[in-house]
Amino acid sequence: MAEFSVCIGGQAGEGINKAGLLIARIAGLLGYRVYMYYDYPSLIRGGHNYAIIRAKETEIGAIRDEIDILCALDQETVRRHGDAKLHIFDLDVIKGDGLGIPATTIIREEGAAPIARNTVIIGAFCRAAGVPKEILLEAIRGEFGSRADENIRLALRGYHAGEEQIQLPIRSADPIPLLTGNEAIALGLIRGGIDAYVSYPMTPSSSILHTMAVLAQGTPLLVVHPENEIAVIAMALGLSYSGKRVAVGTSGGGFCLMTEGVSLSGMAEVPVVIVMAMRPGPSTGMPTYSSQGDLSFVLHAGHGEFPRLVIAPGTPEEAYEWSARAVHLAWQFQIPTFILSDKNLGEHPASADIDPDFSLPSPSTVPAQGIYHRYCNTPNGVSPLRSPPVTGSVVKVNSYTHDEDGITVEDADQAASACVKLIRKGAALEAEMEGYGCIHVDGMDDAPVALICFGSTAGVCREVGERLSLRVIRLVVLEPFPLAQFDQALSGVEKMIIVEENATGQLDALIRTFGYRADRRIGSVSGRPFTVDDLERRIKGVIR
Amino acid sequence: MKGSEYISRAENTWCPGCGNFVIQHTVKDVLADLALSPENVVIVSGIGCHAKIADYMQTNSFYTIHGRGIPVATGIHLGNPELTVICSAGDGDAYAEGLDHLIFAAKRNVDITTIIHDNRVYGLTTGQYTPTSPPGFTGRSTPEGTHEDPFNPLDLMLASGATFIARAYSRDKKGMAEVLKRAIRHKGFSFVEVLQVCASFYDAHACYDEHVYTPEGHDPYDRGSAEELIREWNYSGEGPIALGVLYEKDARTFEERIFDGKSGMIDRTRLIREALQKR
Repeated sequence: MAEFSVCIGGQAGEGINKAGLLIARIAGLLGYRVYMYYDYPSLIRGGHNYAIIRAKETEIGAIRDEIDILCALDQETVRRHGDAKLHIFDLDVIKGDGLGIPATTIIREEGAAPIARNTVIIGAFCRAAGVPKEILLEAIRGEFGSRADENIRLALRGYHAGEEQIQLPIRSADPIPLLTGNEAIALGLIRGGIDAYVSYPMTPSSSILHTMAVLAQGTPLLVVHPENEIAVIAMALGLSYSGKRVAVGTSGGGFCLMTEGVSLSGMAEVPVVIVMAMRPGPSTGMPTYSSQGDLSFVLHAGHGEFPRLVIAPGTPEEAYEWSARAVHLAWQFQIPTFILSDKNLGEHPASADIDPDFSLPSPSTVPAQGIYHRYCNTPNGVSPLRSPPVTGSVVKVNSYTHDEDGITVEDADQAASACVKLIRKGAALEAEMEGYGCIHVDGMDDAPVALICFGSTAGVCREVGERLSLRVIRLVVLEPFPLAQFDQALSGVEKMIIVEENATGQLDALIRTFGYRADRRIGSVSGRPFTVDDLERRIKGVIR
Repeated sequence: MKGSEYISRAENTWCPGCGNFVIQHTVKDVLADLALSPENVVIVSGIGCHAKIADYMQTNSFYTIHGRGIPVATGIHLGNPELTVICSAGDGDAYAEGLDHLIFAAKRNVDITTIIHDNRVYGLTTGQYTPTSPPGFTGRSTPEGTHEDPFNPLDLMLASGATFIARAYSRDKKGMAEVLKRAIRHKGFSFVEVLQVCASFYDAHACYDEHVYTPEGHDPYDRGSAEELIREWNYSGEGPIALGVLYEKDARTFEERIFDGKSGMIDRTRLIREALQKR
């Protein structure tokens, strides 16, 4: 068995995410690369939550339709996911076939909290799947830390109540850390040099704030949760002005409130990194599901014309590296810089090889000389960036059209000059980005049929591309549009199929502005990620 | 430094007789008196007539957008607590567009000084009512008069936890200077409401001249008498209008609390490595 999928399900409040993470950790310790999909509605108790953990020998970033092993904490889970090959369930509350475990009884006997039923079931899962006891215990220690002992006791009760049904092959590979995209973004921002993270909670971006707040404890890293997203970006721009590197995070609705700040950042040339995690809209939409429906919004948010950088990482590794680069580039060009993510990237853990020492180009430093002019007009439009106090000078930044000193002007020539400076800076950014790999090509790199995608569909497109021998061209940088790199990646392509999780084809529209016409487009508006099988079927349907 | 060195080369476009001139020159004189150099002071402003002070002062400045001066000022202060941050805001800025930020700055007790240039009218947009316009105010958006009453911003600040509440008047430069000096020195959020004459759209100087007074022997640390003075006039009718520092309290500041236990350098590699070990 080169791969296997496990599903665990129950109600909200029954610790399904934690249980999924524990199974994912076990799979990692068995030597597999792991990807976990977590599906939960926007409620705190009840409903139906489930996690699908897929383990594979090679790089992975998507789930399959088929489940090998089902761990059920309620009847609804059996009803929905009942065609798995092996069922492990709490026989005290569920009627079914397979390996029933008296999990509720065990919890009662042990005097444990009802939420710990998941640990009992996972103990039984390990026995049933031939997972060595030591791996179970190591995974629990890693996942539960100081609460490991009680969970080990409960897991062993489950383990002994189970019986071996299958033998998952054990591989010799070293386990790789499991990171969600949001964790990777947080670590990448830290790697990139942020001094502060400012955010108002909003799913699916909140776990960046949570991760950052925990990591910041006892360090000079500042984490602030202000009154709303308007204050978030305003405060971030204040921090940036006084010399701190700062990032903010939000989702669509919160980002709506931030757009005046994006425009201010553009005009005043006060850099900031904005993590924008998409979920289905319009408006409140489906908070706990995923979408790629805000691409156009992020490309155009904010009034007026100013340069911006929009990056859409597709994997936790890319999220880490590009978040670090985003900080560097935002400050190099003094622009609003976006990490465009979504629930599928942000909240789903995957095995991620990241380098804690990942290095960035050194920030350019300009020696101070004479009177400082904040908006000094340079050939590439980039003025030296300094923060107060500057000895003998003042640092004036301004939301109005301004002169080189930052003083408001309305004179026609000065206004044109200020505008042209920003546009020149955009051209310099575009030139700089030619030195970065803005396009990622997977699959068969000389195939005549190409899937074109961006962001979190990276994993599923790559896998389907490999299965069907297609070229997969993924845009990691969407603005400035990497025209030369895109054109090169398309060399020899006869048929283009766009894959994007929205209704109107926003990526399709973007490439059309540069003169490219896709032959077919595959969209999705369910809020759920494409499964490998689902996408494969749909692609076969259009390339026949 | 001479006061004149705090004035920039920008052409001043305030109307003749505008109360903003007095505020600007008082700020300039107070900075000179307190020996605060332009490179260590940041003037933050919103949008409106008041906001031009950012252009006109030869200090560091962040000329922000409507209503957002206070959160920007908060960020600047958190970014470098050594800077003296003075946030100028209009009544439209602080009491309408950005009221939430004003309340939260008071709640947090962030160590900045906020000067509200309260002319009780929108000047730059040519004469509409504001949250402190008198009842029935006839403006360009309310030709039949407003259908709502003003609120009392000082009372709101008291309820929000501000630790320094003062009122000044644009035709009393000496009193304003005294208030501003104490506001800048105060450790925590200083709220200074300036009743400012708008020469073009709401010239209430006759009313203010008649009613303003500085209470004698008032102890600003006495919350009870501060409340009485603050509620004496509710921005509606006529009545005695107390000037000066009306309320003051010592309390820990936001930055003292948020930076507690945070020092040294960030060891980024170690932080990342430790995070990975847990995963």
